[in-house]
Amino acid sequence: MKAYHRPTTVQDALDVLSGGPARIVAGCTDLFPATGARELQGQVVDITAIADLRGVMRASGGWRIGAATRWVDVMRADLPAAFHMLQQAAREVGSVQIQNTATVAGNLCNASPAADGVPCLLALDAVVEIGSAAGVRRVAIGDFITGIRQTVLRPGEMVLAVHVPDAAARGRSRFLKLGARRYLVISIAMVAVRLEIESGGITRAAVAVGACSAVARRMVRLEAVLEGARLEDAANRVEASLVLPDLAPIDDIRADASYRGVAALELIRRAVIDLVQT
Amino acid sequence: MNRRIETLRLNVNGASVDLPVSPARRLSDVLRGDLGLIGTKVGCDAGDCGACTVLLDGEPVCACLTPVAQAAGRQITTVEGMEPGALQQAFLRHGAAQCGICTPGMLMAAQALLDRVARPTRTEVEEALGGVLCRCTGYAKIIEAVMDAAAPREAPEMPLAGAAVGAAVERLDGLPKVAGTEVFGADYTPEGALLVRAVRAPDAPMDFVLGDIEAWRAVQAGEVRVFTAADVPGVNLFGVIAAFADQPVLASGHVRMRGEAVALVAGEPSVIEALDLERFPVTWEARKRGLVHEGRADDLLVRGLVQRGDLAEGFARAAHLATLAVSTPYIEHAYIEPEAGVAWMEDGRLVIQACTQAPVMDRDETAKVLGLQPDQLRIIPSAAGGGFGSKLDLSVQPLVGLVALKTGKPARMVWSRAESMAASTKRHPANMSARIGCDPDGRITAMEFDGEFNTGAYASWGPTVAGRVPVHASGPYFIPAYRAEARARHTFSAISGAFRGFGVPQATILQEMLYDDLAAQAGMDRLAFRQINALCDGQATVCGQVLQGVGISACLKALEAPWQAALGRAAEANQQANQKAGVIRHGVGIASCWYGCGNTGLANPSTIRLGITPQGRLVLHQGATDIGQGANTVIAQICADAVRLPLAAINLVGPDTDLTPDCGKTSASRQTFVTGKAALLAGQALRARILALSNMGPEARLRLEPGHVIVSDAQAERRIDLDALGSDERGYALSVEETYDPPTAPLDGNGQGTPYAVYGYGAQMAEVTVDMSLGTVRVTRITAAHDLGRVINPLLARGQVEGGIAQGLGLALLEEFIPGRTENLHDYLIPTTGDMPEIETILVEVPDPEGPMGAKGLGEHVLIPTAPAILNAIRHASGARVTRLPALPHRVLTAIREAAR
Repeated sequence: MKAYHRPTTVQDALDVLSGGPARIVAGCTDLFPATGARELQGQVVDITAIADLRGVMRASGGWRIGAATRWVDVMRADLPAAFHMLQQAAREVGSVQIQNTATVAGNLCNASPAADGVPCLLALDAVVEIGSAAGVRRVAIGDFITGIRQTVLRPGEMVLAVHVPDAAARGRSRFLKLGARRYLVISIAMVAVRLEIESGGITRAAVAVGACSAVARRMVRLEAVLEGARLEDAANRVEASLVLPDLAPIDDIRADASYRGVAALELIRRAVIDLVQT
Repeated sequence: MNRRIETLRLNVNGASVDLPVSPARRLSDVLRGDLGLIGTKVGCDAGDCGACTVLLDGEPVCACLTPVAQAAGRQITTVEGMEPGALQQAFLRHGAAQCGICTPGMLMAAQALLDRVARPTRTEVEEALGGVLCRCTGYAKIIEAVMDAAAPREAPEMPLAGAAVGAAVERLDGLPKVAGTEVFGADYTPEGALLVRAVRAPDAPMDFVLGDIEAWRAVQAGEVRVFTAADVPGVNLFGVIAAFADQPVLASGHVRMRGEAVALVAGEPSVIEALDLERFPVTWEARKRGLVHEGRADDLLVRGLVQRGDLAEGFARAAHLATLAVSTPYIEHAYIEPEAGVAWMEDGRLVIQACTQAPVMDRDETAKVLGLQPDQLRIIPSAAGGGFGSKLDLSVQPLVGLVALKTGKPARMVWSRAESMAASTKRHPANMSARIGCDPDGRITAMEFDGEFNTGAYASWGPTVAGRVPVHASGPYFIPAYRAEARARHTFSAISGAFRGFGVPQATILQEMLYDDLAAQAGMDRLAFRQINALCDGQATVCGQVLQGVGISACLKALEAPWQAALGRAAEANQQANQKAGVIRHGVGIASCWYGCGNTGLANPSTIRLGITPQGRLVLHQGATDIGQGANTVIAQICADAVRLPLAAINLVGPDTDLTPDCGKTSASRQTFVTGKAALLAGQALRARILALSNMGPEARLRLEPGHVIVSDAQAERRIDLDALGSDERGYALSVEETYDPPTAPLDGNGQGTPYAVYGYGAQMAEVTVDMSLGTVRVTRITAAHDLGRVINPLLARGQVEGGIAQGLGLALLEEFIPGRTENLHDYLIPTTGDMPEIETILVEVPDPEGPMGAKGLGEHVLIPTAPAILNAIRHASGARVTRLPALPHRVLTAIREAAR
């Protein structure tokens, strides 16, 4: 007999997970589409009733986004400008219906190359807090997703939260998504850019691109060049030679690789222009 | 898999219910299956369509993605729980519900917005409804209705006798659509119904061998009945055109397409739902690729040809010549209702209630397959949640019919979205090339067209497409020398059938792109170029048919002022963009259409029955299926004015093959014209009977009272006592039946003849912006001028135009069906609320001498010019000539760069 667990505490959830293989579910916006069945299959641990996993709040040394925080919660939260890109991405996740149920951790754990939240969390230097019966470990978001639909999560583990350190919760940010239609669309390319600006120059830059590679990536070469740039000069520094080597774009039905390279470059440029002008 | 059942407390629409249920089940399934709340529709089971939108504590969510456990203890609101009021009335008033399948989801999403914002802006509405797909309306009227919901209005009055035609009447069958009570294919489940599922081919061509079915059955959780080709009692071949019937209901030995059914399983629903059909005992083996069908050499199904005049002389005379090749992909109909239906035995006869566009064809074909006489079968069309051509072909009917016939029990089948997309028909992929020449003044001298149409594994409507394309590839223009050939050729792939326009939209893209080339070469304005070539009354078409009532010139004329204004806007915007070194360029494009209404050179009669009961009720037996386009309303309007009684007096019956005479299929833009004319004749005949009985003159007024018809004029009033007339053979005090069949003549070997009795015409202009760095296109405005001959119902007509434009926009920019790859609604993209332009519709009336009260068809015309107008606008804006559709951003950007070379 397969059970449907809906624990109200993290400890209860971890206890179930330590008892054997189980599927962790939250918004179910990826799990249900993956099955033709009229119900979720297998042993289920539904984490949406765990109050501690819900919400965005200040925590020691930074910000904590609970695993079961829905995109609509992110959208409505009062957050510094560094998070605006995440809030802009939240508005682009599927549709209003999806934003009302889909969660931040679900977006990470589903590990789709086109996950809207991932580039923003990359550009926020987010750290994933993973719990299990053995305790808690933290993994940088860039190390958390290892491939298409692959993460470092081990049996018995679950994501508890995503942390954004104060050092990264600074500056202004912009998310741009390119798709073939307006709503309910899987991205062809998307970029998340965060810039820290002081006295007319960029002191720190974080640039991430999603939907162009198997896993969203930080554009480290470009970031190095942007840092130290004068604002009026910043957009001109966004060059293909700095982006394409880090991007390694892919072909699929939505676009070919060369287009993705062009589009990513253009979107980064526009995001930078937008940020240095505001 | 067994799941522990728990008792959950659900608060649905204000009532609390304790329900024993698996907590992991989709909320949509529980609402529909356990609570009978069928207003919540299921279109995709993946959160892609939003039809199942319900409110959880006031927030819209997809019920298909919500485990019922998460809904427990929260306030669940479905369409049945909405206060019937202003929002639904606004939907009716604006014609926001066409087929009605998306309407409950739209209403729920809109209500959530209106609860927050009483008078939302257009942008707020677009965003709030962005997660609900509609394939009928183009969203314009839905958005207008939501924006207008706050304004209290009186219900509009129904037109007086003689004033129905031309009135913007709300659809007569609209109420159930906005109340969530409409019964679509999946919405009726008789007590004890068996569930039917199909085992389908994973690829093709393949041979297969069925394994030990008895052993497999024995290990299932309950009784499972299995049916294979060997169980089909009649002729295991069907097809919409009898001479080409080639598709088995259940394949035998080998399959020709992915998704082809090879076996059925049926039984108690929970048992059948839990089956893992991947483990069904069948062994697949790749098959050597030979002919798709023995006897069809080179896989050629049909070749269509139209030629007229001296082609060599015409091209020799040309001062300017343009040539081009264009390819278009498979296009999926993407109606929000996947195929569904139910069959049961009643008094020794088989009854099938399923979504369809062609009940009588369904009856006759299903009877043949099942070894029955047609009169042993009754087809009751359920409401159809969109059709657009694909629901002309049989889908679930023979399958549920077979199971009901063999078991004696009701049998129900609901296709999944993936199953629907794999197994249903598509728009033909086309590879086309053409050349057109014109003289120095811009007059066309000759045109040659060649089109290869991938008709897929089975014939379906392939012959019709191959026949229609050469007739229409000229566009509504006078062309003295012409040769057009189209071939429907088989492949081991998805079936191409009927989709709004039967190949004409594809051909028109090529023709209209070439017209822009020629206008440029001749140094002419693009609209003026089309106008001087527009077909006129008394001129012969490429089939040699001399036409009257030709409306293309009037449509182009109606666009002249908007065209000049749009060109001016674009030029100004581009000048500003140039000055600022901006990346956005503006462009304007135009294209025309014409389309013959009804079958091509073949009989296609409709019969209408009209009666007055002894009690004095006027009853219209209306057999034309209304798939959202409005036949129930439009046919009634024509009939009411013909008999000259108020529209409100009409009681609609049908469609139902036991209750309504044959009105043919809802296709080829024929219902308003053909069934409308039958309704006109029936109305006139009934009026004549009444006038004769009362011995009154032709201008007399009629009035219905209980048991009586009152006939009056200025001098006298006569009362016909209906009871005294007794009951005629149809059970009425007075009744008539009238048939109309359009006068056509078959085409000869050169495609010369009278293919259609009536044509409709139109022209559209598109305004777009193109992002020159990203290749993205935004259609900002479409101005559409369509000649309807006589506008029967302007509200519904505008709805048709807007919906056609949405499908044309999808064809131009978004849609590409790839078998096995885009069998869902997140990889196959249709427009959302946020993709639609502002639409201005201009209804033109150039009466047709043959159509009822001058009316012409409209349904398919409306999508034909959209894609070429958009493509021409993209070129005008950016120089990019996109010849492979859809014009996805990467293709547009490549074309921009090629143009710049």
